[in-house]
Amino acid sequence: MSLITARITLPATARQGEIVPIRVIVRHDMEREVDAAGLTPVPRRILHSLRVTYAGEEVLRMALSTGITANPYIEFTTIAVATGDLVFEWHEDGGAVYRREARLVVT
Amino acid sequence: MTRWSRRAVMAVPIAAVLLPPGAQGQPAESFEAAEQAILAGRTPIASGIEVEIPQLSENGNSVDIAIRVESPATADDHVTAIYILSEKNPVARVARFTLTARAGRAEVATRIRLGTTQTVLVLAETSRGQVHRQGREVIVILGACVEGG
Amino acid sequence: MTRRLGRARVLTRWILLTVLPCVGLGGLAGAGDVRPSRDFLTPELRAQQDDPSRHPGWLWVEQGEALWRSSQPSSGQPSCQSCHGDIGGMAGVAARYPAVAADGALLNLEGRIERCRTQHQAQPAFGYESDPLLSLTAAVALQSRGMPMAVATDGPAAPFMAMGTSLYATRQGQLNLACGQCHDDNAGRRLRGDVISNGLGTGYPAYRLEWNTLGSLHRRLRACSLGVRATQFGLGSAEYLALELFLASRASGLPVEAPGLRR
Repeated sequence: MSLITARITLPATARQGEIVPIRVIVRHDMEREVDAAGLTPVPRRILHSLRVTYAGEEVLRMALSTGITANPYIEFTTIAVATGDLVFEWHEDGGAVYRREARLVVT
Repeated sequence: MTRWSRRAVMAVPIAAVLLPPGAQGQPAESFEAAEQAILAGRTPIASGIEVEIPQLSENGNSVDIAIRVESPATADDHVTAIYILSEKNPVARVARFTLTARAGRAEVATRIRLGTTQTVLVLAETSRGQVHRQGREVIVILGACVEGG
Repeated sequence: MTRRLGRARVLTRWILLTVLPCVGLGGLAGAGDVRPSRDFLTPELRAQQDDPSRHPGWLWVEQGEALWRSSQPSSGQPSCQSCHGDIGGMAGVAARYPAVAADGALLNLEGRIERCRTQHQAQPAFGYESDPLLSLTAAVALQSRGMPMAVATDGPAAPFMAMGTSLYATRQGQLNLACGQCHDDNAGRRLRGDVISNGLGTGYPAYRLEWNTLGSLHRRLRACSLGVRATQFGLGSAEYLALELFLASRASGLPVEAPGLRR
């Protein structure tokens, strides 16, 4: 099993109702398919979707393609509704799922 | 920020839905076809959407793009999806963001790959069935030293 | 033979004639007038280099800091931490490397880390451009970020410095260019899509957009060699090590920028 690294940036605390900016970057080569004459074939292997849930609901879904840069970087916003975990789930070609959580404290 | 481990799961049906058509052996969807499919007959609005992307990219491997859509962001009227399309990449549909009213603002950013100088098109759908549209031309230049080492 | 040389000369002239002056960088930098590599970045890239939330190199820094603490969990061999303590203790190290070891070998930071791994942890070397080595190098170098470069070039380092100085000044490759012809004579000018820097290397290991990953200085030097159609030396080779020492000396007093962000 290989490990993966991700960095999530969000404020330590937020006021109730405040719109919070979130940044996330994840270590992944986002390997594009190589299938051309004279080149060693390489299968596509990317993170094809990201799903973020927070306080019981999905707050973001992103479909990624081979057109997303390696080590995908994403910014989005969410309303601080309650203290809780933002749960990030990445789905990779081949079925692997990677999960990461970041706590948002809402005052 | 601790490292987190990989959990292999059974092939998730959702994966098949989100793969681009080309990956399943079908002819790749063209840029024009992708736009028409997303518009689904609606006439897009050119205003109310701002796309920030450099006119001249540092490197085609990583082009910053930021998108802001004006929206009341209410349960009744909010942005539900933002699409990024590429005119000349092998895969026209670069990304799709699916948002809810919980986003607060329709503001997203990411980094995309551009294979050559081309138009990047952003389409944003709202819960009221409107579509905002903005295209931006990006120049992609070669670096000076040939890589291979 | 004559025709090939002729074409190389024509190409050289073409390259030097097509460089366009780059607005806003104060004209040509003369020899001895070197500037930090970050000065040659666009404002956008420079801002990203300074922002750990956006700089992809920090993915390796995190891995490196984790490896530092736990590189030998089960074998009973020491981790980096168990000998060296907290990684913060590495402050100043990257500013002093490359340096000559007790046995007379010239080591860069990668070489020093690999020596620890093989001699003190009894493990096989990670290998150049491997994730673990890149991560550890980035994490250790980060501890010196902003600190002035200060390598020794006298005593046992003198012969290596002489070799590096010579390599920098020697015309190489089919394009018959010496390093200084771009990095001294034409620093600040554009070469196709790039702005030529002083080639200091203070930002390495760096995340290069061209590579989509973090990479070592030697990997970058190989790309330079290929760029002038010269022989590419190996990663960790004596030639690139000597050149690295020369570059580090050339950057004396200028800040460590690792992990850098580069085109």
